[in-house]
Amino acid sequence: MNRLESLFSNKYKEILNVYFTAGHPTKDATQDIIYALEQNGVDLIEVGIPYSDPMADGETIQKSSAIALSNGMNLSLLFQQVKDSRRRSNVPIVLMGYYNQMLQFGIEKFLKQCQLSGVDGLIIPDLPMSIYKNEYIDLFDKYDVKISFLITPETSDERIRLADELSNGFIYVVSKSSITGTSSNIDDAQKHYFERIEKMKLNTPRLIGFGIHDKKTYQTACNHSQGAIIGSAFIRTLNGSSDISKTISEFINRIR
Amino acid sequence: MKYQVDELGFYGDFGGAFIPEMLHSNIETLKSEYKKIIAEASFKEEFNSLLKDYVGRPSPLYFAKRLSEKYNTKIYLKREDLNHTGAHKINNTIGQILLAKRLGKKRIIAETGAGQHGVATATVCALMGLECIVYMGKVDIGRQAPNVARMKMLGAEVRPALSGSQTLKDATNEAIRDWINNPSNTHYIIGSVVGPHPYPDMVARFQSVISEEMKWQLKEHEGRENPNYIVACVGGGSNAAGAFYHYLDDLDVKIVAVEAAGKGVNSGESAATSVLGTIGIIHGSKTLLMQTEDGQIIEPYSISAGLDYPGIGPQHAHLISSGRAIVYHASDEEALAAALELSRIEGIIPALETAHAFAALNKMHLKKEDITIMCLSGRGDKDLSTFTAYLDKNPGQHKSDH
Repeated sequence: MNRLESLFSNKYKEILNVYFTAGHPTKDATQDIIYALEQNGVDLIEVGIPYSDPMADGETIQKSSAIALSNGMNLSLLFQQVKDSRRRSNVPIVLMGYYNQMLQFGIEKFLKQCQLSGVDGLIIPDLPMSIYKNEYIDLFDKYDVKISFLITPETSDERIRLADELSNGFIYVVSKSSITGTSSNIDDAQKHYFERIEKMKLNTPRLIGFGIHDKKTYQTACNHSQGAIIGSAFIRTLNGSSDISKTISEFINRIR
Repeated sequence: MKYQVDELGFYGDFGGAFIPEMLHSNIETLKSEYKKIIAEASFKEEFNSLLKDYVGRPSPLYFAKRLSEKYNTKIYLKREDLNHTGAHKINNTIGQILLAKRLGKKRIIAETGAGQHGVATATVCALMGLECIVYMGKVDIGRQAPNVARMKMLGAEVRPALSGSQTLKDATNEAIRDWINNPSNTHYIIGSVVGPHPYPDMVARFQSVISEEMKWQLKEHEGRENPNYIVACVGGGSNAAGAFYHYLDDLDVKIVAVEAAGKGVNSGESAATSVLGTIGIIHGSKTLLMQTEDGQIIEPYSISAGLDYPGIGPQHAHLISSGRAIVYHASDEEALAAALELSRIEGIIPALETAHAFAALNKMHLKKEDITIMCLSGRGDKDLSTFTAYLDKNPGQHKSDH
């Protein structure tokens, strides 16, 4: 069974998804980060594929991407690292990357590699739902790779329903209209938006991301959904770390 | 073969809107509104009247007698350099600012490479009293100082793009990120025929006034609407899109796109996207772009800040792939020589971008009876420091040899 499916059929709340960029801070850190996150009870790991032009990402993730690329990170290496990590790790892993990287790799080859290496799902922010629906849905099923689409405060109810219909990992609820990496508190407008989505009674589990950076924002997100995604705040912590496993354990303890 | 955009926003295999959900609502609004708004009588009236009285259109179609003699053919220059602000860019910014006002937007953002589009955007924002923020790569800010000063004079805020290679591609990324952060009050005026649908089509429509005028102007001069060739430089490709627009289905007119070869197409320092590019996604559009095997976007190189874009407008990718457009390449040196030639022979100093188009004249083997229209997209004041350095390195050129 796909690990994402097992996760969401066994756990319904306070799911913690942590994002990091593959190849950052070092090329070989991927497996250590995955183990440490899993050891510290993280439910789901989102691994960013470093990209030269991450248009939806703020400064923190941009910089981690640039460092990863200059460290020589690439997709083939990432698949190998995920595959190697599967000897000891059973945490669900989703890859986050931009559509162009998958196009150049070859979509079918990419999905096949996901299956072979133990990647459970994908987040591709610039892949239109219509293209996925018309061209790729069967391929994703063939290789048992789940997909998660994003919704934002600007997304119409109709498109939210479409994201619910097409997403089979989780729905990525973008907490506000922004790029990644903001660190303000969650305001009332955002809470109203979360409540509006809750009332829609969607079938797919929802994880709230963008701007989740501490215990308080994590808890607020969890109060309105099945869980939350932390990215930039975690990367900032990794930036100065000399002991990755200690840093990660301290970081997770601060969150929950 | 169909050369204009289809209902889904594609030109053949190219185009579309590959954007994160955060931009969907804005792009969807533009898509559903732009044709309607452009077709409104009040819009047309305001647009045309500003083009006439503010921009100074129609721009002349000038028969370049001495240049024609030199190449033993007939060459006309479409004088977009005579527009207010000194380039074709203002045709688009006038159109988009009127659109932005009708969409109720209060804040305008733009990206710029050479600074021409930034100046044209700052100008229309001043004209309409709207806040203006222009993203410009830190490297470009350094090499296009006069235009930075003009934007500031016009009241715009110039924000340096510090990410990536700090040039046009990164300025575009920063503008897109700004739009994600400010979706409701902001309109993004893209300066070229790039980006997600409907931008390439919208910008081409605003620039299409260039070829609309060419048709009746050439008829006045020559008794015929169609030249044998239309030549334009292509970075993203907005002046080319405008110059080709009304001729795309006239197959007797050969359309010529000139790309920047930088230090040579295969030198590793080039912006010759149609040769070096492969199909991929850049700034929300499927097109030809320069990238590694892993799909990382490569920073191109050209002496001209307006042509070093790693992609090309999706319509141009389609025109080139289908064989409708012929492509030539001009190196830095060839463009500089062409700029000097046009200055000395016609008394017109072209922008460095534009000079690339003129460098193709050497390569085209034009016949005596051929009629060619060159899109003289911008004037070269902004490039004087580059020209001066070129003259200093080539002392023999100080005196005219004509």
